[in-house]
Amino acid sequence: MSELLLSEPRDLPVGPIGRSGPGWWGVAMLVTSEAALFGYLLFAYYYTGASALPGWLLEPAPKLFPALPNTILLVASSFVALYGEKGVEKGNRTQALIGIGGAFIMGVIFALVQYYEWSAKTYGIGENSYASLYFITTGLHMAHVGVGLIILAALFFWVLDDFFSPRRRISVSAGILYWHFVDMVWLFVFTTYYITPYLGFAR
Amino acid sequence: MSAAPLGYLSSDGERAAAILPLTWFTLCVSIGVCLIIAVLVWIAARRAVPGQPGEIPVERRGSGMRWITIGVILTSIPLAITLVWTISALANTVGPPRRPGLVLDVTGHQWWWQVDYNGPLPSGRFATANEIHIPVGEKVLVRLHGADVIHSFWVPKLTGKTDTIPGQTNLSWLEADRPGIYRGQCTEYCGAQHARMGFEVIAEPRGQFERWREAQLQTAPPPVTAAQARGAQLFQFRCSVCHAVRGTTAASHYGPDLSHIASRRMIAAEMLPNNPGALSGCIENPQAIKPGALMPNQHLSGQQLTDLTVYLETLQ
Amino acid sequence: MREAAFRTPEIGDDTAVLRARLHALWETEPGLKGWLGTVDHKQIGIRYIITAFIVLALGGIEALVIRLQLAGPNLHLLTPEQYDQFFSMHGATMIFLYASPILSGFSNYLWPLILGGRDMAFPRLNAFSYWVYLGAAIFLYSGFLTGAGPNDGWFNYVPYAEKDFNPGINEDFYSLGLIFLGISTAVGAANFIVTAFKTRAPGMAINRLPILIWGTLTASVANLVVIPAVSLAFFLLWMDRQFGTDFFQTRGGGQPLLWQHLFWLFGHPWVYAIVLPAMGMVSDGLPVFCRRPLVGYAMVALATVSVMILGFGVWVHHMFATGLPGLSLSFFSGASLIITYPSAVTVFAWIATIWLGKPVMKTAFLFFASMILLFVIGGVSGFMTASVPVDWQLTDTYFVVAHIHYVLIGINVFPVIGATYFWFPKMTGRMMDERLGRWNFWTMFIGLNVAFLPMHLAGLLGMPRRVYTYPAHMGWSALNLIETIGAFIFAVGTLLFFVNVWKSWRSGAPAGDNPWGAPSLEWSTTSPPPPYNFAVIPTVASRHPLWEDQLQEGEARSSLRRGMTLDQGKESLLTSPIDAAPERIVKGPDDTIAPFLLTVAMMVLFYGMLLKTWWVIGAGAILCLTALLLWLWPRRELLERAPDDHPESAHV
Repeated sequence: MSELLLSEPRDLPVGPIGRSGPGWWGVAMLVTSEAALFGYLLFAYYYTGASALPGWLLEPAPKLFPALPNTILLVASSFVALYGEKGVEKGNRTQALIGIGGAFIMGVIFALVQYYEWSAKTYGIGENSYASLYFITTGLHMAHVGVGLIILAALFFWVLDDFFSPRRRISVSAGILYWHFVDMVWLFVFTTYYITPYLGFAR
Repeated sequence: MSAAPLGYLSSDGERAAAILPLTWFTLCVSIGVCLIIAVLVWIAARRAVPGQPGEIPVERRGSGMRWITIGVILTSIPLAITLVWTISALANTVGPPRRPGLVLDVTGHQWWWQVDYNGPLPSGRFATANEIHIPVGEKVLVRLHGADVIHSFWVPKLTGKTDTIPGQTNLSWLEADRPGIYRGQCTEYCGAQHARMGFEVIAEPRGQFERWREAQLQTAPPPVTAAQARGAQLFQFRCSVCHAVRGTTAASHYGPDLSHIASRRMIAAEMLPNNPGALSGCIENPQAIKPGALMPNQHLSGQQLTDLTVYLETLQ
Repeated sequence: MREAAFRTPEIGDDTAVLRARLHALWETEPGLKGWLGTVDHKQIGIRYIITAFIVLALGGIEALVIRLQLAGPNLHLLTPEQYDQFFSMHGATMIFLYASPILSGFSNYLWPLILGGRDMAFPRLNAFSYWVYLGAAIFLYSGFLTGAGPNDGWFNYVPYAEKDFNPGINEDFYSLGLIFLGISTAVGAANFIVTAFKTRAPGMAINRLPILIWGTLTASVANLVVIPAVSLAFFLLWMDRQFGTDFFQTRGGGQPLLWQHLFWLFGHPWVYAIVLPAMGMVSDGLPVFCRRPLVGYAMVALATVSVMILGFGVWVHHMFATGLPGLSLSFFSGASLIITYPSAVTVFAWIATIWLGKPVMKTAFLFFASMILLFVIGGVSGFMTASVPVDWQLTDTYFVVAHIHYVLIGINVFPVIGATYFWFPKMTGRMMDERLGRWNFWTMFIGLNVAFLPMHLAGLLGMPRRVYTYPAHMGWSALNLIETIGAFIFAVGTLLFFVNVWKSWRSGAPAGDNPWGAPSLEWSTTSPPPPYNFAVIPTVASRHPLWEDQLQEGEARSSLRRGMTLDQGKESLLTSPIDAAPERIVKGPDDTIAPFLLTVAMMVLFYGMLLKTWWVIGAGAILCLTALLLWLWPRRELLERAPDDHPESAHV
């Protein structure tokens, strides 16, 4: 085997190329750990709710406006970010900036709408364990959105400054992977807090 | 009392007895396994060869897979027995009994045990602390409540541990085969005086138990002597903030109920024998006896302390 | 700098000229910049090991104080409050600040050498995980040494940890400190996982990996997904304490048992994570001193992975007394019994390796062989507690204290000491003193058993855990005195170990490249290894590259002195996950103080959170962001940035 390897040395890529490289795997590890974090947060909700008394569920019929359109906006921003990633892949700077910048703006709107939703609640974080869980889960998600926005902003300015090429763009793929994670997690959070009450959980 | 009051290698009640043979079985298996492994490692190591490792040629004498196969098969035998026996013992002990002879509500506090005896009428109910009486030979259902932090209710000779957890009611049960005093202990770390949170279960024949219960239901007798009267007044003034004595206006349940304090065998949650000297010490300087306890030092004069103790001694 | 996107790696011989060039490329910068900014896994590994051994000594002193207080009934050496901090700190120190970092240290040092690579997959992240560990240790001890140490045990149950019952800052130190520490462990886990799958020498297929790799890899996968559970638990506790939320407070519908579930979902996999790498060290070290390959390699590798998978399904066995329904108890009891199997496989594999080998009684062998017995003693007491009804009597007594010390000392400390005797020559170029080693071994072995064997009996006689004192006439007094004596004997043994390390480092006999005649790749390079590990990338043809000629079990031979030179910069090779076929040449980062700066920034942030001072928190956050940007800024020399392409180069 070793003679084979030595006698037929192959042309090997040097450094990260495209979206392949250790950096992408690093973010994948981070995403795995953070996904587990949200798994435990949702476990806390289901565990507490399963043994909760009537009245615990402060919103038996959560308002789907503006949460549902906001969710759609966030998920759409993943597609817009993907569009931007494709732009970098093709060497199309304009497409890249539109995609990354567009995803950023959509993320900011999501955050603002969420903030508005929070301030419209009739209860605070200390009201009861439902309130605590709601605010901390959506709050931690918002913190992750914040980090994602910083990443998108950094990518935007780096693309603006011609940092990347179709070959050398691992930071873009890694950063947008993080953004996809933030959006995917929100689907689980949204379903738990806004949909399961309608399905009868903790009623 | 036995040489090891909290030991459980012997039992005096049905629930603990159901666990005991399994305990002995697993213990014997464990000791046996340790001895076998020790012998194997010892023999294997005795085959040592002299010299530096680098000088001794490397050799694979056999794959050794048979060792693993046989080892795993042998391991399976006690494991399978234990698994089946565990499920069966669990079914026998988990309870709760369908028709208990007595139902108690026990609440864990930092660092004492509140025991409530119930009855269909309010006049048939009373509370005491740290000393539980039960009739011999009858199943007793214990409902466990948590007042502050998690504690654990354990009477080794009669039953295994069950936690008292705020926000939920856990169930335990016990039964004593013969009359006796059975030591209990809190076994979930609960703060500074976790070490001194004992209690006892006194099992007595049904008739004796009923007499005890009747006595406990009595309200406190009025004070007779002048010292007792002074003591009673001092109690109302100082102690009723936390302690209750039925038949007086002292009705706080923050601390242990003292209605029949003088009838108890031990005080300070199984720490001290119940005599006037120990009682005075507990009243005057609880922080010296149980540092961190929620009862502050009282700073009474000698006369006040004597009067109070004399009064409490009337609460038989 | 123009860099070809594709290159055929040059094949060359291990020559002095090549070594000199690689040395210049890889050596750590001199002075403070190098000290604060090194990314060399060997230096980081040694730092981890030294720090963890210092922490071990601190935890040991705490234990001795505890044992003095418990030497007799009703003693007053410590107040209850002091005792509670001592026993909590002892547990946290040993389980969090010693047991995992020591294994991270050995793995950090050894992995690239064992795998035939030049560094870990993420060298800067590696440096960061050490600095955060040090920072978290300082953070936690700054609490303890100012009388505000954790006081609710290492397991920190609520409601006692809540502000109503614990108004001081103790629990805040613990909560924030563990969140901080968790970051170190989690990023370390990520690093190990990617390293294991991507940075092996060509030919080191997955069934040729030393068991240390299997052990640390399994532990890392588990850590990556369970550390968030405990970090979350502590974060929610901190919120309850400081912001009036109701995650665990019953008045708001919170659940005290939620804490226990989150904690033990983490806690049980964690206790496997702190022994599996050590078991791997035994599986790799013991065969060397038996002059034969490990019996049942594939079974042991499978046992390693399966014990962890099963380990995710047993956490409730720490909660058998909490009033759960019988069906649930049965399931977890059964799972806790079945988890014996993988351990049994490993134990018998080890015994067979000695029995069918030619044992050599070096100190390392004494530690590796004796741990088999200690493992079994700890294992059987675990087997007893797996049975629910029996556990209802055993739990929260000194029986469990005996169990945990046999498993932790037997399956972590003893292998670590053995590993030190084994790998010290490689790390330092010097041999440890064998005569002192024997004294070290026997005092530790005797001390351990005198201290902890009686605890089984004390537990069976009902002595509860976590008590600052106990009454006389319970049947425990004589046992406790014996245990205290044993603890001091063990401490002497530990001292002898440290003396041996110190003495040998300064004046031990010179070791060659391979003083033990061992089979794995780290023994093919110098002692200590050069900064670049291997002048040429080895090509691996079997599980025991340096034993191929003696074992004669095939025609193929590993190539150790001729291979890819990868000397066009600070270069390493990435290979495919299963077969380790060459995949990519990567450039390694130079020394950088960004990881150190980020750690300092995080310490500012965490102290700010502890003191609830908003401007400090804000400053910390901004500093963190700055350090992160400094670290992650795309760099041309790492080929994260254009332009670098040769204009005529082929596309992706």
